[in-house]
Amino acid sequence: MTVWMDPREMGVDQQVGLLFVLLFGVLLLATAAATLLSLRRGTDSADPRHARLLSDLRDLWVGALVFWVAWVSGPLGATLAFGVFSFLSLREFITLAHTRRSDHRSLILAFFIVLPLQYLLVGSRSFDLFTVFIPVYVFLAIPVISALAGDPERFLERNAKIQWGIMVCVFGLSHAPALLLLEFEQYEGRGAFLVFFLVVVAATAQIAQELMSRWLRRRPVARHIDRSFSYRAWLAGALAAALLGALLFWITPFEAPQAMAMAFIAAGAGTLGEFVMKALKKDAGVHYWGNRASITGAVGLLDRVAPLCFAAPVFFHSVRWYFQLSG
Amino acid sequence: MSLADAAGTLLAIIARLITGAQGHWKGCPPMAEQRIYFANHQSHLDWVLIWAALPHDLRAGTRPIAARDYWTSSRFKQWLTTEVFHAVYVSRQRTDDQDPLEPLVEALQGGDSLVIFPEGTRSNKSEPQAFKSGLYHLAEQFPGVRLIPTWIDNVQRVMPKGEVVPVPILCTVTFGAPLSLLDGEDKRAFLDRARAAVLALRPPAP
Repeated sequence: MTVWMDPREMGVDQQVGLLFVLLFGVLLLATAAATLLSLRRGTDSADPRHARLLSDLRDLWVGALVFWVAWVSGPLGATLAFGVFSFLSLREFITLAHTRRSDHRSLILAFFIVLPLQYLLVGSRSFDLFTVFIPVYVFLAIPVISALAGDPERFLERNAKIQWGIMVCVFGLSHAPALLLLEFEQYEGRGAFLVFFLVVVAATAQIAQELMSRWLRRRPVARHIDRSFSYRAWLAGALAAALLGALLFWITPFEAPQAMAMAFIAAGAGTLGEFVMKALKKDAGVHYWGNRASITGAVGLLDRVAPLCFAAPVFFHSVRWYFQLSG
Repeated sequence: MSLADAAGTLLAIIARLITGAQGHWKGCPPMAEQRIYFANHQSHLDWVLIWAALPHDLRAGTRPIAARDYWTSSRFKQWLTTEVFHAVYVSRQRTDDQDPLEPLVEALQGGDSLVIFPEGTRSNKSEPQAFKSGLYHLAEQFPGVRLIPTWIDNVQRVMPKGEVVPVPILCTVTFGAPLSLLDGEDKRAFLDRARAAVLALRPPAP
């Protein structure tokens, strides 16, 4: 039995397997370090930064496990897994969006017809229809159903909320399994690397932006929305992601400079998306979607997937555009 | 596992998937003691939500009240209420020689817990209507049974009156501290106090 072999000689499955071994190994080390740190500090871990670190780590674990399950279970499993995530995050979104009674039929359409159809389109790789289904057809269908309910009060506002929820939670998130299922010449079966690339650069941008905003202490651009967001911190986050993206170019179909540009675009979109979600949460009067004080029972899933919801479509279209140019 | 048990488990899973059906035990822990849960009533789903929010072990011993004429009108409805939920049937037509509370009294004498909606009917107002007197009479006859005020939040958005398909929206069931009838307390005063106890559990609007 070979204990070690050159990664370049491995099959695709083995390479992806190695990726997961590395990923879980790094997570294990990080968790061990964080646990040791909390043991040394004693039990009075009232430090919010440490609590934040622990909850971030837990999110990373959940993310990594989902990613693994999605890969192991193949196209069907990936589509189903992300479909369930879409359902749960749309449920959270709609709970806090204060819809009216007359929105009932529109919401049934959103949950039980639009959502399954979108994932059916992903699963069957009908990517041309997949990218226009929600922005074009659903965009018309929702207000039509809503108008048929005969309630003109705050019509635009209500429909905008529902359409927005569908765009973020269904359209945005469905691009993650779409990346898994994209097939390009000489890059078959490696969609998992693309998703991994996207998630890693998006997370890096988030962390780097957080650290930089603490270090730079710039005046926040929009203090009522996010006290830590500034242009420089955002740029630093996206640049850090770009740098990491360039270093990771070998797992993608890109050359190093392209990987760098792709990482910059996707990660920048992700952190901007997170910023937008913060504005939305402030509007709804909650600090994060899983706010216990509001007793909605939300688990805060939307918080965790928000950057991905915005980064995935941008990345997906950049990748497709790139391949049409080169292929 | 019998078919009825499986159907019950399936219903609880569906209720959780659609609404989350999160139970918040604020004033009392979930415990195997005889209780009457009294709650606000906004939707047909109210009972299923409370039932799904209860720990699995407590479900079999906690029974809803069902109108006999409606819930025995077809074989499926009868099976659902009898086999799955072990409902206590009451008749809506009042006759002179029968106390309408008698089936409830029998169930309580048998040691079961009950879930009742003292408003008597579903309301789509944001605040519950005045409570009917049944709760008072039961409290008088069974001083040993704990009365637990319960607030079901958001369920009217899941399935408004007149709709059949539920929309997935998160709901919570909040259980408050037990209430008991004071010595010589007036009927109306007790019912108002009970209603206030339910209303006090409503989460603050965000």
